[in-house]
Amino acid sequence: MARYSIFSLARNALSHHENWPRAWRSPEPRPTYDVIIIGGGGHGLATAYYLAKNHGISDVCVIEKGWLGGGNTGRNTTVVRSNYLWDDAAFLYEHSLKLWESLSQELNYNVMFSQRGLVSLLSTQHDIDSIQHRVHAMRMNGIDTEMLTLAQLKRWVPIANYSRKVRHPINAGAVQRRGGSARHDAVAWGYARAADGRGIDIVQQCEVTGFDIKNNRIRAVETTRGRIEAKKVAVSVAGHSGVIAAMAGLRLPIESYPLQAWVSEPLKPVLDTVINAAFLGVYLSQSDKGELVIGAARDGYNSYGQRGSFRIIEQAVAEMLELFPIFSRVKLLRTWGGIVDVSPDTSPLIGPLPVRGMYINCGWGTGGFKATPGAGELMAATLANDAPHPLVQPFGLERFSTGRLIDESAAAGVGH
Amino acid sequence: MLLIDCPNCGPREESEFRPAGEAHIARPEDPQALDDEQWARYLYYRTNPKGLQFERWHHFYGCRQWFNVARDTVSHEIKAVYPMGAAKPKDLA
Repeated sequence: MARYSIFSLARNALSHHENWPRAWRSPEPRPTYDVIIIGGGGHGLATAYYLAKNHGISDVCVIEKGWLGGGNTGRNTTVVRSNYLWDDAAFLYEHSLKLWESLSQELNYNVMFSQRGLVSLLSTQHDIDSIQHRVHAMRMNGIDTEMLTLAQLKRWVPIANYSRKVRHPINAGAVQRRGGSARHDAVAWGYARAADGRGIDIVQQCEVTGFDIKNNRIRAVETTRGRIEAKKVAVSVAGHSGVIAAMAGLRLPIESYPLQAWVSEPLKPVLDTVINAAFLGVYLSQSDKGELVIGAARDGYNSYGQRGSFRIIEQAVAEMLELFPIFSRVKLLRTWGGIVDVSPDTSPLIGPLPVRGMYINCGWGTGGFKATPGAGELMAATLANDAPHPLVQPFGLERFSTGRLIDESAAAGVGH
Repeated sequence: MLLIDCPNCGPREESEFRPAGEAHIARPEDPQALDDEQWARYLYYRTNPKGLQFERWHHFYGCRQWFNVARDTVSHEIKAVYPMGAAKPKDLA
């Protein structure tokens, strides 16, 4: 793998940047591997990378039905944070946030991680009380966060509308300074390049059509590019988890819904932090390209259609304009939807499946992007050791029968 | 945006309704007889099909009645609307 650096940049400038090597190979799948990872999004590629790097397992194939990062990895709003209430969730997401902080160096690939802060705006006393509760819990867990008074908020976000003559006046805020955003495509590409550099095969346009399971043990994956045998199979397919599980004869406590986002035309820099206004059902940030990136709550009905209803956009834009009247004449450029896999307690589902040798990483719902490095690393440890890593141990399937749910709906950004 | 044909009110915009998930999940006759695993399957496990789904809707901002819908989860096309308690439409089931 050719290392990227200021010197390689200068060297390639001499040949007009026409001789950069390919970032990863596109091999034909071999007939057999130690591990097959289904899903070439951020989570699957990160799992592959950490399998090779941390556990020395590089006889791995990542299979992807479309193209790398073409699913939810390329469709999210790139927010990274770890402001979760319950210990289990807080430790999981904080583990991931710590990996983000050195990810560009780790991968030798600029993922443009920008810790510009995540500011939650609060209106009612109920909002303030519940966020104060969460702020205390986070500080007890050693995670940075603080409440902001109205005066502090006005310095953080000067362009917001602090008028009292609106339906939901802003009364307080909270901030996680280490939160922020990253470049989503770069995360997929960076992990793909680093995994490929460690000998892992990444096979695109290869869709799973079935499984060969004998005596309740996985033997092979049937794909559109032939049968591939493997000792272990990891499923990392987000919204399509239920479809893949059904091919193995399993049902999951997961339902798939559309989650939409949209961007404006590029503007001069005007918003230098990530804003979450849960009470209005909208959140936004400004990308490095200058576009406002805006998201809302998910649609309510099950879907695999990668699009939602316009009413969600209409309502969230109206609420955003109450918050930021300054954007009233900004044009939206495009909208899109991804299919999110939501569990009953809105916490992820990571661990072994009832078929021996099969593992799943899903249920991240509306917030999987921020967990990409952490989920990948912990999933790799779980696969390598044939036992859940202690940080993901509480997130197994058995919690739905023991009743030990991790109800993080209060911390899952805007409403589920 | 879906246009949903409420059995009582006729075609109305989706924003008047609330979706309420998979239909035809019968509450077990004797919950005490189930073990934790079976109870979890009733409470939490869902078919989540890609394609035809039978689901419940509630005309929340209208007549406030519940009814069933057969809808394709990829195209979002509504194939049938039928009353609560009725079996799945024969031509679809």
